[in-house]
Amino acid sequence: MSLKDLPKDEYLLPGSAACPGCPATIGLRTVLKALGKKTILVVPACCTAVIESWYPNSSFNVPLLNIAFEASGAAASGIVSALKQKGRDDINVVVWAGDGGTYDIGIQAMSGAFERGTDFIYICYNNQIYSNTGIQRSGATPYGAWTTTTVGGKGEFPKDMGAIVRAHRIPYVATACISYPEDLYNKVRKAKEIRGPKYIEVLTPCPPGWRFPMDRTVEMGRLAVETGVWPLYEYENEEMTFNGISRAIFEGKYKRKPVEDWLKLQGRFSHLFKPKRDEERIKRFEKFVDDMWERFRKEFG
Amino acid sequence: MKKYDVVTTLSYPKTGAMGKTGTWRIFRPILNKDKCVKCLRCWIFCPEGAIIRKEDDSVEIDYDYCKGCGICARECKVKAITMEREE
Repeated sequence: MSLKDLPKDEYLLPGSAACPGCPATIGLRTVLKALGKKTILVVPACCTAVIESWYPNSSFNVPLLNIAFEASGAAASGIVSALKQKGRDDINVVVWAGDGGTYDIGIQAMSGAFERGTDFIYICYNNQIYSNTGIQRSGATPYGAWTTTTVGGKGEFPKDMGAIVRAHRIPYVATACISYPEDLYNKVRKAKEIRGPKYIEVLTPCPPGWRFPMDRTVEMGRLAVETGVWPLYEYENEEMTFNGISRAIFEGKYKRKPVEDWLKLQGRFSHLFKPKRDEERIKRFEKFVDDMWERFRKEFG
Repeated sequence: MKKYDVVTTLSYPKTGAMGKTGTWRIFRPILNKDKCVKCLRCWIFCPEGAIIRKEDDSVEIDYDYCKGCGICARECKVKAITMEREE
């Protein structure tokens, strides 16, 4: 499939409150094209709650429920039950939550909804920080990254959310990136057709949060995949498939670019390069990525 | 548009919910239609949906809402879009 096959319909209207160069709106446009009009979005506290813009106007052309940070999974289960009572089974219920609302604050409600077998799609758009409140660290922030709460660089590595979700043994788990719109579109389309809980995590490189110029959003996502920092995969009925370049990295046919190529373009990692190169932390980051691929090969090779 | 009679705060869809966001722009994308190969990369990567896709897959820029991020110019493979400082 090519970009020409993507529908022209727009469900996110121009003139929203998003920052220029926002990756979340790129993702939302692609995701909503795949979902179509018959969709109810559940949005906890996150950047998207701002992107909706001011009352009494909304930049979304689909019904959307704002809910407390920790409650999106529970709210989705409630909506699915209500629709069932009304005899409607043609509507997609989709949670669109940030990494803070998924990795940290919303994890128990999400886990609950997966365990209940709620028929919905949970999409986590991961910008690796709490960007809505002004760039604080989250459970998804990479090692060494500057945030307003990790001034010298984060000392811990992020959680492997994919593995946590896979452990729920739900029918569909996938990762995607806004820089690969066809891949993201196909994954959402596929998730739409499957019954039961589905989880898709989308990497969304945030210009103000990661400290890079706003015209490089897409490039930054592409580099994250090419350096192997962000794997693209689909986990369906307990079968793992890697997609695109990630597949080539997994099979050893493509030597992933050094993570340095991705790190040095971002201001949040600038303390690793100046005034003096921090060889130790760069190596530790590189090893973390190597170990991740090694784990994948051991488990799914 | 259908209005709903409910006892909660309810917002309704509106293009330009934050007004004409084109006023945020510092750099203006200029499209050279002769160079354009209709690959639609600018259209899909525009965060604002400010690139209008026509029937024949040619594109046009909606300057009312374009915030001037420059992603279209950077992602264009044939360099049909250039960024110029606003007057």
